[in-house]
Amino acid sequence: MSVLVYTENWDGKFKKLTFELVSYASGVAKMINTSVTALSIGKIDDSELKKLGNYGAEKIINVDNELLVTLDSQAYSYVISDIALKENASVIIISNNNTGKAIAPRLSVRLKAGVGSGVNKLPLKTSPFTVYKKTYSGNAYAHVVIKSDIKILTLAQNSFVLNETANNSSIENMNVTIDSSLVKTEIKDVQKQTGKILLTDAEIVVSGGRGMKSPDNWGPIEELAGFLGAATACSRPVADEGWRPIDEHTGQTGKIIAPNLYIAVGISGAIQHLAGISGSKCIVAINTDKDAPIFEAAEYGIVGDAFKVLPKLIEAVREVKS
Amino acid sequence: MKILVCISNVPDTTTKIKFNEGDASIDSTGIQWVINPWDELSLTRALELKDDPSNGIKSVTVAHVGPATSEPTIRKALAIGADEAIRINSESSDAYYVAAQLAEVIKKEQFDIIFCGIESSDYNGSLVGGMIAEFLNIPSVSAVSGITIDDDNPIITREIDGGKEVISISAPFVAIVQKGIAKEPRIAAMRGIMMARTKPLKLSEPLPFEPLTEITVLEKPPMRAACKFIDAENPGQLIDLLQNEAKII
Repeated sequence: MSVLVYTENWDGKFKKLTFELVSYASGVAKMINTSVTALSIGKIDDSELKKLGNYGAEKIINVDNELLVTLDSQAYSYVISDIALKENASVIIISNNNTGKAIAPRLSVRLKAGVGSGVNKLPLKTSPFTVYKKTYSGNAYAHVVIKSDIKILTLAQNSFVLNETANNSSIENMNVTIDSSLVKTEIKDVQKQTGKILLTDAEIVVSGGRGMKSPDNWGPIEELAGFLGAATACSRPVADEGWRPIDEHTGQTGKIIAPNLYIAVGISGAIQHLAGISGSKCIVAINTDKDAPIFEAAEYGIVGDAFKVLPKLIEAVREVKS
Repeated sequence: MKILVCISNVPDTTTKIKFNEGDASIDSTGIQWVINPWDELSLTRALELKDDPSNGIKSVTVAHVGPATSEPTIRKALAIGADEAIRINSESSDAYYVAAQLAEVIKKEQFDIIFCGIESSDYNGSLVGGMIAEFLNIPSVSAVSGITIDDDNPIITREIDGGKEVISISAPFVAIVQKGIAKEPRIAAMRGIMMARTKPLKLSEPLPFEPLTEITVLEKPPMRAACKFIDAENPGQLIDLLQNEAKII
């Protein structure tokens, strides 16, 4: 028996979310008295793989195959389910990011394994195996019993504390044979921004809403984000109006994020917006309307005009950061 | 080519969900039921593709797993412009069960492009689309924000971390759709509403699949502490609190 954790790599590097996944897998393994096997796919150095051991992975498997250079969910599911069976995995853990959402459902059918998706804490109990997850976009939480022998859990990003535990880990490079006819998608073009903090990875996010009044007024939002090392986001009307790029839209139908700090400027906090940010550890709201629903979700609030508050706030941040 | 759009029937996203504490069901009084937002965008894009004859789309069908009470939502999809609908007459117990039922229908009717929303706004599982594809052993692409058809060849845009990928794929396949696929959901016109009454809504009985998961309890989200207000003249105090009280900057 084992807990298998799929550790996606980004151009040969792991991210904080990878270590969250391994820490989480270690927690689950403890609950069911077993060990963690990590599975990485693609080119990556042993020195990077070794890092997984620091969070509790005992065995680290690396698979590198030219047919797995790009994410084809069918081929990936084939490889991961094959290794899950070889490793006698009783629980499989994947991120609830785009990659996890592409793979987990396919694995579920291949292995006839029930999925607890978007979990943000350890299972409530192991008999029956019960997980706790957000439903109704954060308006309710559910206890979900997974009845199958193999269980798949997809972990929400930035929801589990890193836990370093020194461990003797072994690395195994595994060869897999994949029939090339299995890969039915072909990447024609990739457009990628580099050097920008990804909204889903950011620990601090500064977000603007309709209260910013015009796309020309985003200077202070960007400046504050710059000083805080934060990503920028926006509410739905702002993205729909084309004031900001659509990939900044945060909310139920846009990005769902869980940063440590979310600063909402000129955002009233419609229920759909809150659905996208309710996982944040701390929410700060700046709004002229003291009755705006965003203040019900916020830990800290300033009732005031963003155009007067932001410059002072930027000044204060600049002082503490210098 | 034939398109299928899988639709889920969910409470309107502005609804405040009420449920009996400790119970696994929601209180449905006063809830307005709607097409799941991502499914509605998928339907819109499917109809846009069909509007252009050069794409060669013969029909757009919607399929739904649910009891008779969800028929108003199915009729709404027909009013928006779907040609026909299939309802699998069963409660939707879990994603695996729903996907298994839909996959059976797809096997029978031979659709080329199957659209699913990235998640339903009730269970937030993000599972059904990928499961259908695996049941049918066909490719699936997740996080799809665009689809066009170029000389009978479907071209998909998929969101990745910090960017986009353009993918070519051959039918049949499942496109798991997120925001961006269509600008705004298409709205039913009066003529569409009239026509929807006479469009075919086929009933299909479920096959005996066992769900793999079960929701046993629904409960309120954990309470958040009340908001601490800071004087607008002194935002420096906020920075102090974030640094020394919340310890997050």
